[in-house]
Amino acid sequence: MSTEQPTDQLGGHFGRFWAPLFLAWLIALLATAGALFLGEVMGMTPCVLCWYQRIAMFPLVVVLGLGLLEADGRSVRYAMPLAAAGWAIALYHCLVFWGLVTEALVPCGKGGSCADAEMQIVGFVPIPLLSVAAFTMILVLLWVSKKEVKT
Amino acid sequence: MNKKWLVVGAVAAVVLAFVGGALVFKDRSAQEVKQVAQNNNEALVRAHAPVFGNPAAKVTIVEFFDPSCETCRAFYPLVKRIVNASFGQVRLVVRYAPLHKGSDTAIQILEAARLQGKYWEALERALVDQPRWAAHHNPQPALIWDSLTDLGLDMAKARADAASPAIAQALRQDIADMQALQVKQTPGFFVNGTPLRDFGEAQLKALVDQEVAKARVP
Repeated sequence: MSTEQPTDQLGGHFGRFWAPLFLAWLIALLATAGALFLGEVMGMTPCVLCWYQRIAMFPLVVVLGLGLLEADGRSVRYAMPLAAAGWAIALYHCLVFWGLVTEALVPCGKGGSCADAEMQIVGFVPIPLLSVAAFTMILVLLWVSKKEVKT
Repeated sequence: MNKKWLVVGAVAAVVLAFVGGALVFKDRSAQEVKQVAQNNNEALVRAHAPVFGNPAAKVTIVEFFDPSCETCRAFYPLVKRIVNASFGQVRLVVRYAPLHKGSDTAIQILEAARLQGKYWEALERALVDQPRWAAHHNPQPALIWDSLTDLGLDMAKARADAASPAIAQALRQDIADMQALQVKQTPGFFVNGTPLRDFGEAQLKALVDQEVAKARVP
């Protein structure tokens, strides 16, 4: 889409894109820690769709983290497709969870069912909904950050 | 530069919170598992279960065992050594936890061999050949029969016994007890009713030693 030269778009060292990028990274970090806690500590086996969301979420911590440490605004662009893919899978997962899409379409083999009612924390918040919220916030923050990189 | 420290600090805080939370959660669930084992004490040892070692031993290791499970295979010689080295103070009670596809068939074959007094021989053969028959994507437990040909079994009788309702009934009881005791992974160990809290060879040995020492004090 954009054709700007990356080197000039950094907004200087620690430009204004840094704050929203930091928040996006923090959300990815918390989501990653949370997913690992649910899976490894609490022993909730991730279902297939959870795994795909993890595949999108975990690298965001590294990509955005390096972007922060190197003050590299281009990391936003590399993170965008990951966040978008994760967001789409999380949304689909919510539809499965609420029964709006039947699970027969989803290949949930080993591990938990993707529509399992157990996939809630604090009693009532569905994990896929948390995932959608996290990816949405990350996308918005990345978008804000991208605008700051350009200006 | 302090912004970089913000990143490092956030990582450190999240890691600390994770580890702290994990410790709290582990401790709480360990208490819970202990409570469940206490409340379902009768589910640990059943009369139909195979026993290895001195039947009158004061210390009982209950192992929830899955013949398809690689870790059960790795633990088998260790547990056997613990029992053999105890001079009759420790016995092993085998309960089944068929958590893999095909494990039920494998168990039926082993139990059929047991009816002819060749249980431990059959079990050891099945474990040695586990990589051949227990691939999780394509389990072929019937291949165990090939491993048992030189044990001197009446194979026709064994094949008939394997399908017997008595064996199926015992297996159902084991599965019910496994669920009552909340065993979700194999091997699942209980020593004199105390669940093994941290999984591992050294931890199992320590728990057994502790119970042996307790049994010695009148």
